[in-house]
Amino acid sequence: MLSGSETKRNALSHQEGDDMNATSAARTGADPAVSWDDLLTAALLGTDRRPWAGAAPGRAAPTALLDAAAVATVRRRAGLRPARAARRPEPAPEDPRPVLPAAAARRLATLLADRSGAAGGGRRGSAPDLMELLPQWLAAAVGHGYAAPPQALPALLDAARGRTDLRPAALAFAGPRALWLARLNTDWRFALRAAPGGGAALPGPDDAEAVERLWQEGLFAERVALLGALRAREPALARELLASTWPKERAEDRLMFLDTLRAGLAAEDEPFLEQALGDRSRNVRATAAELLSALPHSALAARMAVRAAACVALDRTGPVPAIAVEPPLECDASMERDGVVAIPPAGRGERSWWLGQLVEAAPLGSWPERLGGRTARDIVALPVADGWQGELHAAWCRAAVRQRDAGWSRALLGAPSAPEAGGPGAVSLAERAKLLAALEPAERAAWVAGFIATHGLSEAFQLLGVCAVPWAPPLGRSVVDALNIARDAGSYPWSFSGVMGLAERCLDPAEAARLEGLLAVPDEREDAAPGAGGYWAEAFQRLVSTLRLRAAMAEELAPAGAPRAPRPEGPSVQPPDAVG
Amino acid sequence: MSVAGPTVEDMTEQRVRWTAEQVLALAPDAASRTAGSKLGTAGPWSETGSGEGTVWGRCRGSGSRPYQTVVDLAGPAYTCSCPSRKFPCKHALGLLLLWAGGDGAAPVSAEPPGWAGEWLAARRGRVEATAARTEGGSASGPADPEAARRRAERRAERVTAGATELEQRLADLLRGGLASAEQAGYGAWDETAARMVDAQAPGLAARARELGAIPASGPGWPARLLEECALLHLLDQGWLRRDTLPDALAATVRSRLGLPAPADGPPVRDHWLVLAQYDTVDAKLTTRRIWLHGAGSGDTRLLLSYGAAGRAPELSLPVGLALDAELSGHPGAGRARASLGERHAPPAPAAFRPPGVSTADAADRYGAALRDDPWLESVPVTLERVIPVPDGETWQLADADTDTALPLTRTARSRPGLWRLTALSGGAPVTVFGECGHRGFTPLTAWAAGTDEAVPLC
Repeated sequence: MLSGSETKRNALSHQEGDDMNATSAARTGADPAVSWDDLLTAALLGTDRRPWAGAAPGRAAPTALLDAAAVATVRRRAGLRPARAARRPEPAPEDPRPVLPAAAARRLATLLADRSGAAGGGRRGSAPDLMELLPQWLAAAVGHGYAAPPQALPALLDAARGRTDLRPAALAFAGPRALWLARLNTDWRFALRAAPGGGAALPGPDDAEAVERLWQEGLFAERVALLGALRAREPALARELLASTWPKERAEDRLMFLDTLRAGLAAEDEPFLEQALGDRSRNVRATAAELLSALPHSALAARMAVRAAACVALDRTGPVPAIAVEPPLECDASMERDGVVAIPPAGRGERSWWLGQLVEAAPLGSWPERLGGRTARDIVALPVADGWQGELHAAWCRAAVRQRDAGWSRALLGAPSAPEAGGPGAVSLAERAKLLAALEPAERAAWVAGFIATHGLSEAFQLLGVCAVPWAPPLGRSVVDALNIARDAGSYPWSFSGVMGLAERCLDPAEAARLEGLLAVPDEREDAAPGAGGYWAEAFQRLVSTLRLRAAMAEELAPAGAPRAPRPEGPSVQPPDAVG
Repeated sequence: MSVAGPTVEDMTEQRVRWTAEQVLALAPDAASRTAGSKLGTAGPWSETGSGEGTVWGRCRGSGSRPYQTVVDLAGPAYTCSCPSRKFPCKHALGLLLLWAGGDGAAPVSAEPPGWAGEWLAARRGRVEATAARTEGGSASGPADPEAARRRAERRAERVTAGATELEQRLADLLRGGLASAEQAGYGAWDETAARMVDAQAPGLAARARELGAIPASGPGWPARLLEECALLHLLDQGWLRRDTLPDALAATVRSRLGLPAPADGPPVRDHWLVLAQYDTVDAKLTTRRIWLHGAGSGDTRLLLSYGAAGRAPELSLPVGLALDAELSGHPGAGRARASLGERHAPPAPAAFRPPGVSTADAADRYGAALRDDPWLESVPVTLERVIPVPDGETWQLADADTDTALPLTRTARSRPGLWRLTALSGGAPVTVFGECGHRGFTPLTAWAAGTDEAVPLC
């Protein structure tokens, strides 16, 4: 057994470079009187300059030096002891979630392995885009409440590091151990930033003292997270907490805090918001007004209804009833207090600008009474005098979106097969997509299906983006039919690559069987683009194999013994910013 | 088994399937891995099937005719009608992934189709013929023993000339001082290495080449250079005085010099668990190391295979599987090198892990192994109940129950496997297989508590 000091010198440690080169007496050669330091000094300078004292008779000095060094080296290596253990990290918190099924764990490894090859560009071939399926897989795994396999965490964190859109789902799935891991590697700091308080749990609503302390002393990000979490569980408590320090907050903080009230907005919030209408900051005032106008029974909504009603009236003097519009003549102080912006953007008349804001903020429920007891559908059908239709309908659209009014949304959308639905009408495609969001998923899907059946796919991308995943059967059928028609029309598939990509991710896997007939390469026709048939077959192959893969993924994630039921999911993607 | 319903059969069927990681470990490079992953779905495949340790299928590619892909899991060996020179090609990887994924994509069928059956029959015939030849060959011996002896003698003379020259070169270095080596750079040693290649002593050549790199290896290089010079000197001396050495040590010297020594140990049949597989690549050669652990014998053995210039070596065994096979040891003490002999069954998932030791025992084991082979860089060791712990800029594996730890080598610290190991542990004790030597410990595979799932780290 080596003594304490020798153990230390001869420990496997990295204090002096990569391997063991600690100079010490423990490294002596055959002659214990000669230290490793002596050997090294002699070797560095050379035996010509410093004659080697340890030379044995009959051995040349350099050879004798090498002999001694060889013995010392083997001796040192043979006597290596383990080093003293450093301070061990705190163990990672337990992850109580059930273990991921083995097949799903293998699938995850495959999806994550594809990350390296995700470089875009070029032809896509007939194989599925695995990286594109990762968000869907993560959402499903989080939905089932599985724990991530620990050895997959580094790859998950790397994937989330490269793609911010993956982060919320990837981190939710990765769980507490990923945060523990991220503290050890600076590459993954983003995970700690994303998790409020560096992953420390936020106090619950029951712990009034901790809530109060964090609210008073916490960093801005922690306070926003606290308010948001509280709002989700105890809306009133969150509002009262905010009100308690409201006058002392900075204007930009007030704006952020006010924004958290958007979630779970209810009539009880009105007094606080009404008071915020008198805020020093214009942005805070505007946000408060916007929130109040989303409450149809608020006093602000009632004031807006009166103002809007003064501008819009039923004109019965003509052969058919029509809507007559008389926009406001001025924007007075009380209107400004209620959030109306007085100065229009460049290029717009101020009176129509004011009108738009009044109609947008007025409760939609007040119009039937004002316009002769008509329904929303009848009101939208009324002619509007003097070219005000565009302005008026656009304002109603914004109101329907803000007030989430399905009846008005339906009326403003009109029939999907109407000719103006496809062209530039009073309602733009982006507004249509927002209106659709107010409808029930089935109705939404049916409307978009009807739209595609009449107008084809070229305008459909944005609308498809707000439909629930997987697409309802009628919608799926109309997309497949439209793709089939596009192929027969002789164009190339990449003109529809956006819709194709969506279909791969959103089409119900059950549709795969119906696509079989499209996989073959058709005979080239004279009017078709050269080679298009082959590319279409390839694109359909990719679609089908992606659908099969998604079906397999869903099955692997289903808990053992549970019946497979399609779970309704939210919209597949955010309404895209750009079409195409 | 006799009580068994279809459930047990299903389990058996599932049990012999590999995991996606194990399949992807066969990929020769990252590009093949990606391309293979994409083909691991039902879409492009038809006529797929599996049975008796083989998997086959037809894959639709860009051409008009689908490629015909067959895999013999026992090898594993592959054939594919595609023109790719990668081995295995992406189709073989995709087919294996498809099969590994289950979901009936490669259903068990009694008879492979003709195009697959032909290749399998031809391959199995060849394997049997080789086995028969080996058995017959050992009896008859080399064609002309006299000529072989003369060849060996000529080679020994060349090696002796090389070793003598190298001794001279080392003595000159020590006479002039190591300090001058810093300016000399790679060139001089590369030339010496080339001369050792001519002397047919590849072991000396490799060591000489590495000497050239040490002066640029950072602080402490003189001590490392002196150590390596001294060990090279020891090897030269071992060769020059081999007649006076015990037989085992003389055999070790010969194998360290790189003289060919066919596996002559008795074949040991066992369930060999694949502990780790990793490649080291230099400009001319890819060297693959596969560590195996015998469930019955308790031995740890190394399979070495080589691939020329950027091509992956042919032998590839997925980590975590166990194969019922025979291994024969190569001569040379302290080295666990073996050759794979007859394989009795395709590799199948293993439900065991090697027994482990403490960090102190691991260090002892390395020290003891140096007795038989002083040139040994490291020994294979399984550590039990250790925790990866950051230690300033470095990392160590610390015993869960004592106060000692082994530092990780520099190579290990820069690998992504370190993070997989840390994630797997989560601060709790794990079992880790790796190589323990004078530079520290290099983890290669880990097992979390309470599972037999091997997680590769390299």
